[in-house]
Amino acid sequence: MIYMDHSATSPVDPEVFEAMTPYFTEGFGNASTLYKLGRDAKMAMETARKQVASLINAEPKEIIFTSGGTESDNIAIKGTVYRLKNKGNHIITSNIEHPAVTETCKYLEKNGFEVTYVPVDKEGLVHPEDVEKAITDKTVLITIMHANNEIGTIQPIAEIGKIAREHGIYFHTDAVQSVGKIPVDVKSMNVDMLSLSSHKLYGPKGIGALYIKKGVRLEPIIHGGGHERGLRPGTENVPAIVGLGKACEISEKNLDKDMEHLKKLRDKLIDSVLEQNEEAYLNGHRTQRLPGNVNFRFTGIEGESLILHLDSKGIAASTGSACSSIKLEPSAVLMAIGLKEVEAHGSLRLSLGRENTEEDVDYTIKAIKEVVDTLRKMSPLWCSKGE
Amino acid sequence: MYTEKVMDHFQNPRNVGEIPDADGVGTEGNPVCGDLMTIYIKVKDNIITDIKFKTFGCGAAIATSSMITEMAVGKTIEEALKITRNDVADELDGLPPIKMHCSNLAADALKTAIEDYKKKQAEKEKSN
Repeated sequence: MIYMDHSATSPVDPEVFEAMTPYFTEGFGNASTLYKLGRDAKMAMETARKQVASLINAEPKEIIFTSGGTESDNIAIKGTVYRLKNKGNHIITSNIEHPAVTETCKYLEKNGFEVTYVPVDKEGLVHPEDVEKAITDKTVLITIMHANNEIGTIQPIAEIGKIAREHGIYFHTDAVQSVGKIPVDVKSMNVDMLSLSSHKLYGPKGIGALYIKKGVRLEPIIHGGGHERGLRPGTENVPAIVGLGKACEISEKNLDKDMEHLKKLRDKLIDSVLEQNEEAYLNGHRTQRLPGNVNFRFTGIEGESLILHLDSKGIAASTGSACSSIKLEPSAVLMAIGLKEVEAHGSLRLSLGRENTEEDVDYTIKAIKEVVDTLRKMSPLWCSKGE
Repeated sequence: MYTEKVMDHFQNPRNVGEIPDADGVGTEGNPVCGDLMTIYIKVKDNIITDIKFKTFGCGAAIATSSMITEMAVGKTIEEALKITRNDVADELDGLPPIKMHCSNLAADALKTAIEDYKKKQAEKEKSN
């Protein structure tokens, strides 16, 4: 199988798996206990905290472990606005955020908060001046994702962070798709909080982290035994934390090499598919995008059919078509960049990873052409210009 | 999520294409919703002798289109009109519940094609 859905999840690196296994068996201690078994677990956890911090240029004490990106987003957003509810009730976000942010904001809207959803341009970019214009004297939080999960667009986070800082407003970014894929530096990006997830960077599922800049105070949204500075109580998942740490260490070591490899594959895939198929288009920005992200749309065909045919050729990919979603609604991101429903139905996302090869890409280019031709031949919406 | 039969009809759809001199043509669906299908029929002595389809849509939309062409060919107009959405889904060993409403349009498209045939017949008789 050729796996090209790394934005959905990625395989656990064998080295990561190896690092985790002792903590399921002989190293099973509770990291809060005082005897050696517990102290060893605690030490492994603190090593992981250093590894995570190092990847994003933070201090280890600025990292808390969570169950993943969604929980990190919830703790950051709700924790900030609950803490500051006497100061204001206004949140600024974008209209292409992950549901972990969008749905949290919608929930808060039902509970007395006001949210401005800043639009993006046709290529999926947030304009910092739009964020600045949306600021009111009631604004307590700005939350804008670093890189988009569907179209891979990378936002000008440092500029938005600068604006937030000038206005004394907290700034959170969901960096689930970017950490380990492109350089992420919390200091130069001017962020107060940053969410990341392990399983997007070859770590295990069910574990993530939230960076909280020194001095930023959050209201806990989960209550319990005081773990993770009281913000994420519950006995720590030590094997998963160790795995996340190891995955961060490997990503940091390989970042330049991975980026170069992925960009080369991505550009070949984009250029060849656009050249070989008529009425094929790239969704998102051509260069301001994640090194491994490709998102096409093809006139006259529907995404689920495309995915199923590619699957039968051994390629795993995804689509923003409504027909493949639980809610039967087209991708909100594709609608936000101005596509029509029928265009969103014909979308195909291929997200490349470290283990993909040039042969994989060559095979995929050929397979896409065959599938697109097959589906167009039976589509009442397709009249080839060539015929 | 799809049965083997759905996947078979999706991967190897039967009777894809158009009939240029069709006796009846029926289109159902809406590309905005993601499904659009057109069914073409040839009728001789009240029997559907040839049937072809073109479909834009998901796996279920393509499989139901293909399946109904097999179910309808050789049937009289009256028999073909009795084919329901559920019959098509049953012949495919079932469809996911979410697809029953939006993508199971083949029975409707066949009905529309037959109505189109009947209308054309009535017009022919009138002009005679």
